[in-house]
Amino acid sequence: MDSILPVSDRGGPAQPLLLASGLRKHFPVGGGLLGRGRKVVRAVDDLTISVAKGETLGVVGESGCGKSTVARLLIRLIKPDRGTMVLDGDPVDEPHGISVNELRRQVQMVFQDSYASLNPRLTIGETLAFAPKAHGVSAAEARARARDLLAKVGLDPESYAERYPHELSGGQRQRVNIARALALRPRLVILDEAVSALDKSVEAQVLNMLVDLKSEFGLTYVFISHDLNVVQYLSDRVLVMYLGKIVELGPVEAIYGNPLHPYTRALLSARPSMDPRKRTREAPIQGDPPNPIDPPSGCRFRTRCPFAEDICAAKEPLLAETAAQSVACHMRQPGSGHSKAEAA
Amino acid sequence: MAIQTPSIDLGGTVSVLPSRSGVSRGYWQSVGRRLRRDPVTLICAAILILLVAAALLAPWLGLADPYKTSMLRRLNPIGSPNNLLGTDELGRDMLARLIYGGRLSLFMGVTPVACALLIGGFLGITAGFLGGRVNMLIMRTMDVFYAFPSVLLAISLSGAMGAGAENTLLALSLVFIPPICRVSESVTTQVRGFDFVDAAKASGASTLAIVRVHVLGNVLGPILVYATSLISVAIILAAGLSFLGLGVKPPEPEWGLMLNTLRQAIYVNPVLAALPGVMIFITSICFNLMSDGLRAAMDVKA
Repeated sequence: MDSILPVSDRGGPAQPLLLASGLRKHFPVGGGLLGRGRKVVRAVDDLTISVAKGETLGVVGESGCGKSTVARLLIRLIKPDRGTMVLDGDPVDEPHGISVNELRRQVQMVFQDSYASLNPRLTIGETLAFAPKAHGVSAAEARARARDLLAKVGLDPESYAERYPHELSGGQRQRVNIARALALRPRLVILDEAVSALDKSVEAQVLNMLVDLKSEFGLTYVFISHDLNVVQYLSDRVLVMYLGKIVELGPVEAIYGNPLHPYTRALLSARPSMDPRKRTREAPIQGDPPNPIDPPSGCRFRTRCPFAEDICAAKEPLLAETAAQSVACHMRQPGSGHSKAEAA
Repeated sequence: MAIQTPSIDLGGTVSVLPSRSGVSRGYWQSVGRRLRRDPVTLICAAILILLVAAALLAPWLGLADPYKTSMLRRLNPIGSPNNLLGTDELGRDMLARLIYGGRLSLFMGVTPVACALLIGGFLGITAGFLGGRVNMLIMRTMDVFYAFPSVLLAISLSGAMGAGAENTLLALSLVFIPPICRVSESVTTQVRGFDFVDAAKASGASTLAIVRVHVLGNVLGPILVYATSLISVAIILAAGLSFLGLGVKPPEPEWGLMLNTLRQAIYVNPVLAALPGVMIFITSICFNLMSDGLRAAMDVKA
């Protein structure tokens, strides 16, 4: 008896697989013993994400912009302060919806640090069998499934099932982590910088494997990375984050071909180029991101934006749709009051 | 912690690393292997095993009666005929009393630590894993115990409850709960921060399964090492309580008590008077060195 079968599609292809609206997470920092005078880091602020079935949604942004917090919120490793999540039509953690545990069965995650994400005291086989066993699969069946999964990620079950994590290379460990994420037959896999720590040749192999696994298991990916080239290679749609907010969201061709937000442009022009004539002569953006404890008023990017005007400090730009993509910038919103915006 | 070993990744093909037999050594096997290569730990373990075996088998070793006094043979020096290690102030055979004394002294060293390990370990792992308010409640309670020096706490508890071996055991167990709890809490907090615990949570496993499979295996080692180092402290504390008249009552042979009663003989036969102290010293240093060896052997990076 296989007690955990893949969950079948319910709402049809048009219904988003995962819809998270108004997600907010503020982390308290410091403060007194009784919580007075406590400040918060606004890691994720009123973020709305919709992940379509079968797509790969790339999430990019600088370090500290809240990418990893989004990943952990989507799988409920941390509880959002506010916001709702709907998985294929079922509200999560609400009276008539599905439980957080059920969400975690259908949504899995691969972490960046391949070593820290494997228990050093368990063999690879034991690590892979843990989740199915926790869901009531018999030990023998879980072991058999672990060997299947190892083969799926290109590791010979005969020689790897009995090994310990420290005996594997970084690339092999990350394959094991991917196998573990697939052990519960999830529908959505969140890859949080899953290939960032690997060297380039290994990274390419793992990326190709991810593409293969996606079509084989009918998966949907949320691919979080700071590597713009990798995101471009893998994603269907791209979401650009800055200080806990979405600044731009759209199809990969639109974001990379015609970026509209000054931040996206700066990010893309900061990419190392293979063409010596396109050498970057000066840093496209100056300085560090502002402190998320006390983000700038209005548009959060205005302190580093070359086009900032009074309206940017006064009013927060909303994410508005243009022809190809959505962008949160006053310059792209007719009648916003910015000198570069079209008149309404 | 992200140590990327620069070994060859054989990519998408089914691969076997060269020059490796498929058999892999488990963690505890490699710890055992490192222990066997450590002469200091081996010697200490041998001495302790000898002491424990002698104490357990004392009635069958053909020793003199440790309770039989003799007014004629008081304080015979070491090497006297019939009394290999001399006699004490009441003419009782020292060798027999030292070996019989090991029964109580070793028991008083190990038992309170074992009790404290169960209670303190449970509290510490709970506090470390759950964090938040539970952690606050447990650890601040432990801090109250920390406000008293451990010797003073043991003395006042024994004093309040009255002399006797049981009360000493109870007092010592209470003294050792806070430090073991604190060490357990700190290693558990550390392990809880690793991604593999998050991955286990994300798999929807129950808290109990996560603690059993992913936390215990990684925290028990360091906690055990620490507890081993406390055994020598327990032996010394128990001996100290007996010395003060708060522990075991005479004529029971126990190293601390023997040290107390023999102190009047220190000007007559100082070597004889020091013998119980030598036993305490040997036992505690063996436990300490063994705990050091265990710590070194469990270090994965070694």
